[in-house]
Amino acid sequence: MFDWFAQFGNKTIEFFARLGKEVLLFIQTVLAFVPLLLRPALIVQQLFSIGVRSMLLIIVSGFFVGMVLGLQGYNTLVDFGAEESLGVVVALSLVRELGPVVTALLFAGRAGSALTAEIGLMKATEQLSGLEMMAVNPVERILAPRLLAGIISMPLLAAMFSAVGIFGGYLVGVDLLGVDEGAYWSQMQAKVDFDQDIVNGVIKSVVFGIVTTWIAVYEGYTCVPTSEGVSGATTRTVVYSALVVLGLDFLLTALMLE
Amino acid sequence: MSEADNNLVRIRNLHFSRGHSKIFNGIDIDIPKGKITAIMGPSGTGKTTLLKLIGGQLKPQKGTIHFHGENIPAMKTKKLYEVRKKMGMLFQSGALLTDMSVFDNIAFPMREHTELPEVMIRDMVLMKLQAVGLRGARDLNPSQLSGGMARRVALARAIALDPEMILYDEPFTGQDPISMGVLVQLIRSMNDALELTSVIVSHDIQETLAIADKIYIISQGKIVGHGDPQEMNQSDSPWINQFVHGEADGPVPFHYPARSYKDDMLAGQ
Ligand SMILES: Nc1ncnc2c1ncn2[C@@H]1O[C@H](COP(=O)(O)OP(=O)(O)OP(=O)(O)O)[C@@H](O)[C@H]1O
Ligand SMILES: [Mg+2]
Repeated sequence: MFDWFAQFGNKTIEFFARLGKEVLLFIQTVLAFVPLLLRPALIVQQLFSIGVRSMLLIIVSGFFVGMVLGLQGYNTLVDFGAEESLGVVVALSLVRELGPVVTALLFAGRAGSALTAEIGLMKATEQLSGLEMMAVNPVERILAPRLLAGIISMPLLAAMFSAVGIFGGYLVGVDLLGVDEGAYWSQMQAKVDFDQDIVNGVIKSVVFGIVTTWIAVYEGYTCVPTSEGVSGATTRTVVYSALVVLGLDFLLTALMLE
Repeated sequence: MSEADNNLVRIRNLHFSRGHSKIFNGIDIDIPKGKITAIMGPSGTGKTTLLKLIGGQLKPQKGTIHFHGENIPAMKTKKLYEVRKKMGMLFQSGALLTDMSVFDNIAFPMREHTELPEVMIRDMVLMKLQAVGLRGARDLNPSQLSGGMARRVALARAIALDPEMILYDEPFTGQDPISMGVLVQLIRSMNDALELTSVIVSHDIQETLAIADKIYIISQGKIVGHGDPQEMNQSDSPWINQFVHGEADGPVPFHYPARSYKDDMLAGQ
């Protein structure tokens, strides 16, 4: 009985100790953004490998999601004779929800897993130790540029996702199913609110950018430096990112609809 | 503290354990300035661990490691990074950055810590590569190097910033007799010409005895002998004798701690 109690206590203390360390590392990484601004080349390099390399996936996915929205939306709206509002439905679904959320999930699978594997392997092959001994802090040189690039990339990728999706919805709705082109765009313009919809969507994608990139970077940096350790960390990055993004999405939506 | 003046590193009563296994059980080591100190001992005794303790990558449970009179384990991160600029370390595994060429690997510490123009960095990198005989390999990637070549590149990188002290973890392993000879020469001449302090971890008794000024032999968490090469060769301590002459029998165990062989074999039945 007491054994169980003691064990529970130990686990709790361990958990908070780990959490504290993670928060501390996060703060150190964010503080390292400041000196990083003097070396934009480091950020640009990461923007390329994290952001630009995810673009094709995001654009193709956004296109398909938009087309599906066009089909499904039309089918439902046409029953009420409201197919003119298709543009609003497609745009709002994308800008408020699907853009940020699906982009974040794809981003975690594409860029997050790659980040974890990269940093984990650097650890396993002593490259991180090597940096430390060269008096180069890996938190500043490796973690910070990657985290910053992820935070910058995510809202841009989500915006691309939504834009391409709206175009996909247009192709299906207007060109294929015959919704009036003028109505598609003008209703969208009238009903999509900048503060309510666009800004909230951007806030979501920034938050998702922070958490998914941080999870990826942290899992890599703290992984067990072996092959299994790296592969386990990569899996955890994708799983944790998905759960945290979906959970946070609910929370943020609830707060925003207040 | 008068003796401390010619000791760059001074380790006192160092205790370090990983989990339940004790790796160092109160060791004292002095590393004299401008000399080559060799740390020897059987595989798995903690030689690499000792270098990492000196570099501040691991923290001892007890004891002090003074570098220039300042205790490394007690340093704040920022100070520690300042101190590391004065050290170069050759990792046992090389630890080259795999996403850049040999040239960029050696230029890396210069680009990180100095404001030197690229032309000057180029000259310096080529000089370092020339010293280790790999100037022609500058455009290769680390994955295209053999183990021995990678280690020589790592050596060139360790000396890139002309540090005060270089820690070599097994510099001779995987080298053919020719490059071995060149490396021994290189380490010796750098040490003398640049007034460096060198610490060499190695198993290669003959090479090490040939260039070291002072030797420490570690076994089972303790220093079992130290002195200059001559003293080592003539020592009548069974520990030193066994190690220096590579005998299987003696007080230095070849086996990792385990229960008796017979018990272990019988336990399977
Ligand atoms: N990351 C680690 N976690 C747990 N134990 C470790 C770790 N690294 C090393 N050890 C243990 O510490 C001991 C000393 O290891 P170390 O690498 O310092 O040995 P070494 O003297 O350098 O050996 P070698 O000559 O083979 O390189 C070994 O017994 C090893 O089992
Ligand atoms: Mg070793």
